[in-house]
Amino acid sequence: MNTEAGSIEKKKEKRSEMIRKLGPFFALIVLMVFVTIMNPNFIQMGNILNLLRQVSINGLIAFGMTFVIITGGIDLSVGSTLALSGALGAGMIAGGWSPVVATLAALVIGALLGAVNGTLIAKGNTAPFIATLATMTIYRGLTLVYTNGNPITGIGDSFFFQFIGKGYLFGIPFPVILMAIAFGILYVVLHKMTFGRKTFAIGGNENAAYIAGIKSDWIKIAVYSISGLMASLAGLILTSRLNSAQPTAGTTYELDAIAAVVLGGTSLSGGRGRLFGTLIGALIIGTLNNGLNLIGVSSFYQQVVKGIVIIIAVLLDRKND
Amino acid sequence: MKIQMKDIVKSFGSNKVLLGVNIDIKSGEVHALMGENGAGKSTLMNILTGLHKYDSGTVIINGEERTFENPKRAEEEGISFIHQEMITWPDLTVLENLFMGREKKTSWGWIKTKEMREIARELFKELGVNIELDRGMRTLSVGQQQLVEIAKSLMSNAEVIIMDEPTAALTDREIKVLFTTIEKLAAKNVAIIYISHRMEEIFAISDRITVMRDGISVDTKPTNETDKDEVVRKMVGRDLEDYYPNIETENGNVLFEVKDLSDGKVYENINFHVHQGEILGFSGLMGAGRTEIMRGIFGIDKLTSGQLFLDDEKIDVKSPSDAIRQGIGFLTENRKEEGLILDDSLIGNISLPSIEEFSRSGWINTKEEKDFAELLIKRLTVKTVSGDVPVKTLSGGNQQKVVLAKWIGAGSRVLILDEPTRGVDVGAKREIYMLMKELAERGVGIIMVSSDLPEIIGISDRVIVIHEGHIAGEMDKADLSEEKIMTLATGGYK
Repeated sequence: MNTEAGSIEKKKEKRSEMIRKLGPFFALIVLMVFVTIMNPNFIQMGNILNLLRQVSINGLIAFGMTFVIITGGIDLSVGSTLALSGALGAGMIAGGWSPVVATLAALVIGALLGAVNGTLIAKGNTAPFIATLATMTIYRGLTLVYTNGNPITGIGDSFFFQFIGKGYLFGIPFPVILMAIAFGILYVVLHKMTFGRKTFAIGGNENAAYIAGIKSDWIKIAVYSISGLMASLAGLILTSRLNSAQPTAGTTYELDAIAAVVLGGTSLSGGRGRLFGTLIGALIIGTLNNGLNLIGVSSFYQQVVKGIVIIIAVLLDRKND
Repeated sequence: MKIQMKDIVKSFGSNKVLLGVNIDIKSGEVHALMGENGAGKSTLMNILTGLHKYDSGTVIINGEERTFENPKRAEEEGISFIHQEMITWPDLTVLENLFMGREKKTSWGWIKTKEMREIARELFKELGVNIELDRGMRTLSVGQQQLVEIAKSLMSNAEVIIMDEPTAALTDREIKVLFTTIEKLAAKNVAIIYISHRMEEIFAISDRITVMRDGISVDTKPTNETDKDEVVRKMVGRDLEDYYPNIETENGNVLFEVKDLSDGKVYENINFHVHQGEILGFSGLMGAGRTEIMRGIFGIDKLTSGQLFLDDEKIDVKSPSDAIRQGIGFLTENRKEEGLILDDSLIGNISLPSIEEFSRSGWINTKEEKDFAELLIKRLTVKTVSGDVPVKTLSGGNQQKVVLAKWIGAGSRVLILDEPTRGVDVGAKREIYMLMKELAERGVGIIMVSSDLPEIIGISDRVIVIHEGHIAGEMDKADLSEEKIMTLATGGYK
């Protein structure tokens, strides 16, 4: 290749890389401008904070899901993990445990449930789709057994636990702050640390990664644990907001999380993706939900629109390949 | 069928790939097409079969100017292209594969299995192929699959068959079957265009040789009027005074020793050692267990017995990460499946086994990483636009250099190279040999598995021959000959 062709190639590569990186971001801006034109109330501070709070639960789950999808896997059990860890946490508080201990316990349980997924996949050599499809029903079943099918109430009015879902810090809803902190930490882990590099390597070529000395089993178990941990954190926010743990909480949440990851440009075949993209993806979905409501589109049509947006996003991403 | 391609010119964007190629194919001949990677062989064949359009020139088939709209059309008119990477349906049977897309059907759409079976049986008999029609495609060896592909192309009454590196994954026995088949086809007036890097094969099978270099056809000659040196010279455009570098390296102490290695399946009781600065060749037929032994040493597959010693000290290797920590590196035989992350950059690939070196409590120092990788890219003269592009954009030889860079960077003291020059062009091959010698000079112990006998003889200080999972013999450089190795490899001297 001569140098001229080389530099043209390089420029092209750079441009398509820019489009890939900023595409979802521009889509979000266009969407927000459109909704604002249709209903100027959208852009008011109160609504934006409200939107961010709505996004935080899906966002947290989607951050964990991003790690999983970059390894080339999928985690369908996040919704059930959210419900089970939320219910156990609520149950402990209702049973007289300190809310701080219960919260930490719920987080540990979430991570452990994720570790079970990871172990089944890495050590048991099960396809991620199958393994997490199975644990999705198992964890949901266990939630129903534990709650007897009834919501758990009587969580009390502990300031700590109330604050998780309903608190404000400097005028910003605390769930949004939790999401920002989680994003900051996970961004560094995924993009700046060896753990993230290994996560990408496994998704890019698992055999090559293994032969390059990467302990892919442990990385995978850790990645699914992160996913479980994020789901349980989302579960605590939801439980705190509702002041109760619902046995059917989080149903189909896995789909919104996967949608956010895909909208953010992470490849479902693994090896490629960005956490920032996922944040944008979650914001796009949140803006659609919030904005379409404000515009007055019926919730039935909202589902249709959400699906169409996902298809357009994926088609645009294909085109850049 | 007679094909003439005249003054074919083709560019991809600003990149001129073909600058005027002339070639003519006669019916019933085996026409070898040779050239380094990037010389334009595949592009030329893709133009012939209609995958690419050409910018100027003429293609004349049986006296008439003719361009195919697409490869399917070319196949219908009698030109089949058997690609290096075959497209098969592994979960279907041989019979189903043979008739994929052109099943014999009744007017109601029922498949006439009996009739298809008879056609297939007849065809296999004619070719001397002995494969059961009901076997799953997946259960066949690569060689057998290739024969099925050839049979398939004959069913569409191919008059010209293009074979791209057909022997790359075949065992010696399978190569023999393939060559007999090719001879039978030529006798039936089918023309074969045979693309290969393997000099010995070309001279064994072809009638004429066309050499391409940098997008032009350099020369076409009857095979019996030329020789290996002339072909190599035309391919690289200069004299390769010495194909294998003639550098003597000093062998030091025993660096690495393997005792009583067995995996309970393929190999048993393997004992050998390698000195500092030594290149130890591992020869043998495909399937003899050479690759399996190396995988066992590197901790990829489980062992039933065996001990490893480095500097006379016993080391424990349970996984590749253990092996790497002890200073062992492993270039696998299939770089795309096990050697590289194709979508990742050169830098990412090179630094992967050493990533902990550039990080403090888990944080990667990307600047250090980049400097390290780029130094290796420069040292190994990897041809690339930059270190940030995906490795899949590189040619085979340069990809192989990236894998080597990765293990050199990991500080390997014992380097296992499994078929290091497979699918690599002549120029890059020589660079890889030079690099091996350079590493040996610095005291690295190299274990090289190769199926290429001239390569084994040309580069090794000592050779171990494996036959059916056992060490059949060992030879010093002075005693090496192709005959001796082949006798041991096929179980002679017993």
